[in-house]
Amino acid sequence: MSLLLKLQNVTKKFGGLTAVNDVSFEIDKGSVVGLIGPNGAGKTTVFNLITGNYAPTSGTIDFKGNSVLKIAPNKIVKMGIARTFQTIRLFQNMSVIENVLAGCHCRMKSGSIAAMLRLPSQKKEEEEALKKAAETLDFVGLLHEAENLAKNLSYGQQRLLEIARAHASDPELIILDEPAGGMNDQETSDLVNLIGKIAESGITVLLIEHDMNLVMKACHKLIVLEYGTKIAEGVPEEIKNNKRVIEAYLGTDED
Amino acid sequence: MNKIIERFKKIETNTQIILAIFVILFGLSFVLDNYWLDVINNVGLYAILALSLNIILGSAGLFHMGHAAFYAIGAYLAAILNVVYGVPLLWSIPLCGLLAGLVALIVARPIIHLRGDYLLIVTIGVVEIIRIALVNDVLKDFVLVINGIMPDLFSRDFIKMVYSQGITGGSNGVFGISRPNFFGYIIKSPQDFFYLIFGFTAITIFLFKRLENSRFGRALIYLKEDDVAAEGSGINTTHYKLVAFVLGAVWAGMAGNLFAAKMTIINPDSFNFEESVVMFTIVILGGSGSILGVVVGAFLIIGLPEVFRELESARMLIFGLAMIVMMIFRSEGLIPPLPQKYKIPGFRNNNRNGGEI
Repeated sequence: MSLLLKLQNVTKKFGGLTAVNDVSFEIDKGSVVGLIGPNGAGKTTVFNLITGNYAPTSGTIDFKGNSVLKIAPNKIVKMGIARTFQTIRLFQNMSVIENVLAGCHCRMKSGSIAAMLRLPSQKKEEEEALKKAAETLDFVGLLHEAENLAKNLSYGQQRLLEIARAHASDPELIILDEPAGGMNDQETSDLVNLIGKIAESGITVLLIEHDMNLVMKACHKLIVLEYGTKIAEGVPEEIKNNKRVIEAYLGTDED
Repeated sequence: MNKIIERFKKIETNTQIILAIFVILFGLSFVLDNYWLDVINNVGLYAILALSLNIILGSAGLFHMGHAAFYAIGAYLAAILNVVYGVPLLWSIPLCGLLAGLVALIVARPIIHLRGDYLLIVTIGVVEIIRIALVNDVLKDFVLVINGIMPDLFSRDFIKMVYSQGITGGSNGVFGISRPNFFGYIIKSPQDFFYLIFGFTAITIFLFKRLENSRFGRALIYLKEDDVAAEGSGINTTHYKLVAFVLGAVWAGMAGNLFAAKMTIINPDSFNFEESVVMFTIVILGGSGSILGVVVGAFLIIGLPEVFRELESARMLIFGLAMIVMMIFRSEGLIPPLPQKYKIPGFRNNNRNGGEI
């Protein structure tokens, strides 16, 4: 397995608060990695550092051997890292298909003038993007809602649509921030299958999740954060029995 | 004929209404007297301006209240080129667009990241700066200073003219603009201008309509809906905000050219802050992001007060009241944009009656 993402001694401070403290980890291509930890452990901050929304105070983040520091979030998507948001951030008043087309955007080229003149290349590109968007919707099982507005979807469907939008940008690494948040048991088990399907198609998955059931089933490797510091890393079975982790996180769960 | 009707049935309702409006207006152009034609011409000009502002404000959601600045730049460039160098008015349309776009690019680059009301305040500043620069004829001083440093750059005749008349003519403005010449036909009467202005409006609508369901048009709406999500989905938000701004300004500059042609005299009063507010109101009241809404908005805000001219002082009262009521009960505007339709491969719409595939 080759190395895809590498964080080295990454620290992020917000004023006096150290949200992420000297965190290092590596993600191999094709794996499904879970980032877990109690609330406020700095998981989403790590995501925002990888996707370029925040700049780390110190440390390096390399994707496929290239640094992603000081690169705008939209360029990072183009490099091959797509994300979903913890609080759903869909384009609520736009149709489902348009939301997915947003993901296709960075793989398209035509601009305003091409659109005004309806150049053949622009028409072809639109058709291809629509085909791709429809396939992606089919992949997550939302094709039947394609013309519905995003805001009319159920919570679970909105989560899926976020995944579809991220997936449509042809990423190599997809970052899911609490994808099962607000989902019922059936939807969650479907999500586990979907994550499996995404990984099978060769896309590496990094996810934050509180649902331990999902994490244990879906992930090959877990990284545990507490107070911004990495306290454990390993396969799910190991983490389950790690004393430090049980104390910090799972312990309260099993009492 | 049947074929035309068939095609007409296939297009979306809002476009049908726009086509109907144009057909009616075309008919009216033979019937109406000069006064009413002039009113409708004004409506047409504002429709172009509001459509161009609609790209910035309606689609991309950037609160821009300084659109009159770009309108002014187009009008003044057309006027000066015509009066000083005798450039025919219609020929300078692309130049007016280009200059307005260039100024927009320079002005917008440092402020484009501002959000909502902050951007609004800065753009109000922009339109005031342009107006005051025109009133004080800053360009004249500028040229004279450069002439002082490099005396050979400008011809003596030019400097002489600048000394005596100025460049933008201060608060008097520029006068003596010649009538536009359309391949030998002098455009003079309100009826002639009707065809010129509404021809341009039609082209504008046609082109902007095409933007709507394109990669570019969607990108603007993504920005308006949620710019963090747009950036996170791989859309270069700064770039698109800037392009929207420049594109809107280019169109306003071209509208400025038409305005100069119609008036033959222009002065800074035509491009004050109030003009920007009127354009802003047309877009918000008509329906942000909706082409039909903006066209209807232009008719209501520019045309309707003329209809009620007899009521004199009361009409602005009623007008203000109507706007307040509108914003409370229909804040998305009179005619909000319809959702875009796409031919989605493999998608079957079960909600639609008739069950077509």
